[in-house]
Amino acid sequence: MSYQARFKVWRGDAGGGGLTDYEVAVNEGEVVLDIIHRLQATAAPDLAVRWNCKAGKCGSCSAEINGRPRLMCMTRMSVFDPEETVTVTPMRAFPVVRDLVTDVSYNYAKARDVASFAPPADLKPGEYRMRQQDVDRLQEFRKCIECFLCQNTCHVVRDHEENKPAFAGPRFLMRVAELDMHPLDAAAEAGVDRKAAAQEDHGLGYCNITKCCTEVCPEHIKITDNALIPLKERVVDRSYDPLVWLGNKIRRRGAEHGT
Amino acid sequence: MSTGTDPRPSAAAGSPARGGVHHSTRASIAPRHLRRDRWWLPPAATAAGLLAFVVYSTWRAFADERYYAAPYVSPFYSPCLAERCVPMKDGADWEVFGSWWALSPALLILIFPLGFRLTCYYYRKAYYRGFWASPPACAVAEPHAKYTGESRFPLVLQNIHRYFFYFAVIVAGILTYDAVLAFRDERGAWGHMGLGTLVMLANIALIWAYTLSCHSCRHIVGGRLRTFSKHPVRYRMWGLVSRLNARHMLLAWASLISVALADLYVYLVAGGVFDDPRFF
Repeated sequence: MSYQARFKVWRGDAGGGGLTDYEVAVNEGEVVLDIIHRLQATAAPDLAVRWNCKAGKCGSCSAEINGRPRLMCMTRMSVFDPEETVTVTPMRAFPVVRDLVTDVSYNYAKARDVASFAPPADLKPGEYRMRQQDVDRLQEFRKCIECFLCQNTCHVVRDHEENKPAFAGPRFLMRVAELDMHPLDAAAEAGVDRKAAAQEDHGLGYCNITKCCTEVCPEHIKITDNALIPLKERVVDRSYDPLVWLGNKIRRRGAEHGT
Repeated sequence: MSTGTDPRPSAAAGSPARGGVHHSTRASIAPRHLRRDRWWLPPAATAAGLLAFVVYSTWRAFADERYYAAPYVSPFYSPCLAERCVPMKDGADWEVFGSWWALSPALLILIFPLGFRLTCYYYRKAYYRGFWASPPACAVAEPHAKYTGESRFPLVLQNIHRYFFYFAVIVAGILTYDAVLAFRDERGAWGHMGLGTLVMLANIALIWAYTLSCHSCRHIVGGRLRTFSKHPVRYRMWGLVSRLNARHMLLAWASLISVALADLYVYLVAGGVFDDPRFF
């Protein structure tokens, strides 16, 4: 079944812009990205949009559809009423380049701030062995397609531009959590304290665990429950827990007496 | 992770300019959000539910009466630590505080479950959204001009959740003892069961499920490990707690309601509104 849908698409650049009305044909089985492509082919040939795989795996076509951060290629037109006007805007946490394209370089800058995996000194590449139960946790985080919808919806930076220098955002705090849980990561031996970095360099304390990152993740990664809260708990271990402090004290004293 | 190119610094990086979604570099869209669904309903319902519990529990905590109907004791008043407590046969009425404590004994103990729930990761989300609108809903701009989250005083104190978890385990243990005592009749003879016994059992089951599903518990039993394969027992426990943890929100609400209902049941029986229906 085909019908004529009403769309409002944000057109403009850093200098200004606004929502432009379009009427466009929709066919059965199509997604929002198909409609945006039809607009490019018909009424708006200069409409700028970033896209790639059309399969929800490249993370390129992130936008906001009726005010909700979504991948355009994974949003079926069948979820909308044919009478409904569908509004498509660029992500509102990042500087706009043109139309639906935003400058996501904030994320690349934050990615570089995370100390990379530190290889263990006693193992050569190819000698790494890990049991499945040790890597299950990390593999969930590796599903991330870096669409940056979580970064876009996180109110810490979305609603407070001034927090961007101090806060890495859920995607990169998840990366820190992943490395801190990695059985072979030798960061501590290399002098890198990932828990301290999470707290002091990446702004973990800014996160108030309101779970919007988890709600918008197209890969359904439980970012808050499995990465951010465990990372907060690891920081608590290090800085706030009296029993852990006592345990470490006793272990250290035992080791000193043992030697 | 690597892009092969140096990231361009954002034009606004380091700039003191504010404005969130209305920042000068972002797409100029006048409304603070464009959501059309009923995004306000979940935070409004959450706020209403929490407010109802706060009003009820405040009234009951200060009431200082009708909290014991042998063999049942209200979970709001157990353990009862003041000299002024109603005598409870073999119950948890320990006179830690002498006659100088003139207020309701509930105030001495409620601070622990209150602190546990106040610093709980689920309730934090609930009241940050419901009461503080930070944010009210996803992609709905919050009304605050400044935000530092839990990085500074006073919200940095949320990190004491771990301490409250330890106390919550002790309190849950005492409430379990109360539930066991509910199998005795009003004279102290074993082999009794009334509707109140079932209420106490359901309540303590939900309290334990909520306490053990806590994120701090999940971390302590195994989450803090880096190599699960070296600790198979803790890995198994972590798996079990993780399954409970996935329902933490549900358990938080269920146990909140059950604790209020258990208290209400004792209040009504102690006030003689109805007699406890007895099964045997």
